Amino acid sequence: MTQAQLVNGLEEAAPSSVVAAGRRNLSGALHGLRRQALGAYLPLLALGLWALAADRHWAPPQILPAPRLVAQTLGELISSGELLQHVGISLARVAGGFLLGGALGLVLGTAMGLSRRVEQYVHPLFHALNQVPVLGWLPLAMMVFGIGESLKVVIIAQASLVPIAINVFEGIRRVPRQYVEVARVFEFSRAQYLRKVVFPATVPSLFVGLRYGLTLAWLSLVTVELLASSEGLGFLIVWGRQLFQLDLVLAAIVSIGVVGLLLDQGLAWLEARLLHWRPKASWGGAKAGAQ
Amino acid sequence: MKWLRGLVLPVLLLATWELLTRYHLVNVRLLVEPGRVVATFLRELREGELLSQLGASLARDLGGATLGSAAGILVGTAMGTSRFYDRLLGSSFHAAKQVAIFAWIPLMSVWLGTGEPAKVVFIALSAFYPVVLNTFEGIRSVGSQYVEVARVFRFTRLQVFRRVILPGAAPSILAGIQVALVYSWLATIGAEYLLAAGPGIGNLMIDGRESFQMDKVLVGVVLVGAVGASISALASAIGAWQLRWRVTSA
Repeated sequence: MTQAQLVNGLEEAAPSSVVAAGRRNLSGALHGLRRQALGAYLPLLALGLWALAADRHWAPPQILPAPRLVAQTLGELISSGELLQHVGISLARVAGGFLLGGALGLVLGTAMGLSRRVEQYVHPLFHALNQVPVLGWLPLAMMVFGIGESLKVVIIAQASLVPIAINVFEGIRRVPRQYVEVARVFEFSRAQYLRKVVFPATVPSLFVGLRYGLTLAWLSLVTVELLASSEGLGFLIVWGRQLFQLDLVLAAIVSIGVVGLLLDQGLAWLEARLLHWRPKASWGGAKAGAQ
Repeated sequence: MKWLRGLVLPVLLLATWELLTRYHLVNVRLLVEPGRVVATFLRELREGELLSQLGASLARDLGGATLGSAAGILVGTAMGTSRFYDRLLGSSFHAAKQVAIFAWIPLMSVWLGTGEPAKVVFIALSAFYPVVLNTFEGIRSVGSQYVEVARVFRFTRLQVFRRVILPGAAPSILAGIQVALVYSWLATIGAEYLLAAGPGIGNLMIDGRESFQMDKVLVGVVLVGAVGASISALASAIGAWQLRWRVTSA
């Protein structure tokens, strides 16, 4: 049944006694639905073409597995618990590295943000080292740490450290002037000033760093697992590639996308939960005032 | 003289490194002397190998970034100017974007081989995402009052696009291209690690690791950083120059 038939069918199904306004609402809703459904055309078309190509053997199944096979493989991976095991290993690595890198980044960023002296000593070196992307360090790290678990934790820690340190540092430096002045008027002690003014004002910026750091950590982990690993989602891809089982490769790619999305959404949810106390209006006002 | 403070840590680091290796306090096979890294750098530079490796990396980086940015501007413009294309492409684009980009490499190696095309296509993909996002947002943020003024002057659709929408979206598009340049350099290095051998800085480093030559690897690390820094500096310089007509307070 095509889209238009579906919509027509639904419209015919509506009883004629529906008042005109209701009918308008319904057709408005259907119109919205139809517009939303437009986004499904492309994936459906691609899926159809893919199924057709696999069905007609336009390409050998080692190069283009049927979509049904990919779904089946994904289902088997899930039901056998194998997928969960690989996801668990990858996530444990991310958790370890992210905690380590996040803690170090928080300390470094806070120290540089609060003290000009620390900034003057540390920032130039930090900035210079940052010019090399995480992956640039990878061969060196592989020589120093081998290709075991510590390599993964170190790479993830570095990937998350940099954006968190930078964002905390800049967040502290950008505490709106009027907050600082209010704190001065109230004669806050240093500890009060940090606890009541600086740290709360830095939290949004910290979360920007956390989210970016986690995305980068996930990206780096997948890359390390592709290069040197015998477990984890990245390894699953390499394994499938070596066996020429592209259904396995595709199932793993989908899983990597889903886990990446869940990680990012998880942090966004946490941010919303943690910051719900924030009086939105006054905050918005302060922001607008600062600009 | 406060800037001198910034030199304290690097100098300390270098001195420790030199002392550790000179008095064999660490395994010198693992950690080579700083002097040897410089010597290796100069030797490779003289023999011309380094420059050709760097050239190969930069060429595929530039090729991929250009291809990806062009495609990104096209798709971003389509999505930004037409609600139809936005709805048609938007959800697929955002779904594909969720996958950590390097995960596509093994798949690409099956379909495109492990040679130059696969690398360039992968680099293009890495540049594509940020350019699409920034083009889209740039176009959507063009004030409707400008478009209305253009309508009053009876601009054709093409004129509205060329005279109003494109200049209005240019800062955002350029910002997207800057991000794309940074990403594509990262992708170039990653592609060289993961796809079979060929000339390139990434391959130089992988070879160095496999033959246990840390001096080679360190030369690679410094080069990757130097090129990355130059690319971002160049990108922001071009951005500033391109937008010099803009009133700075806007």
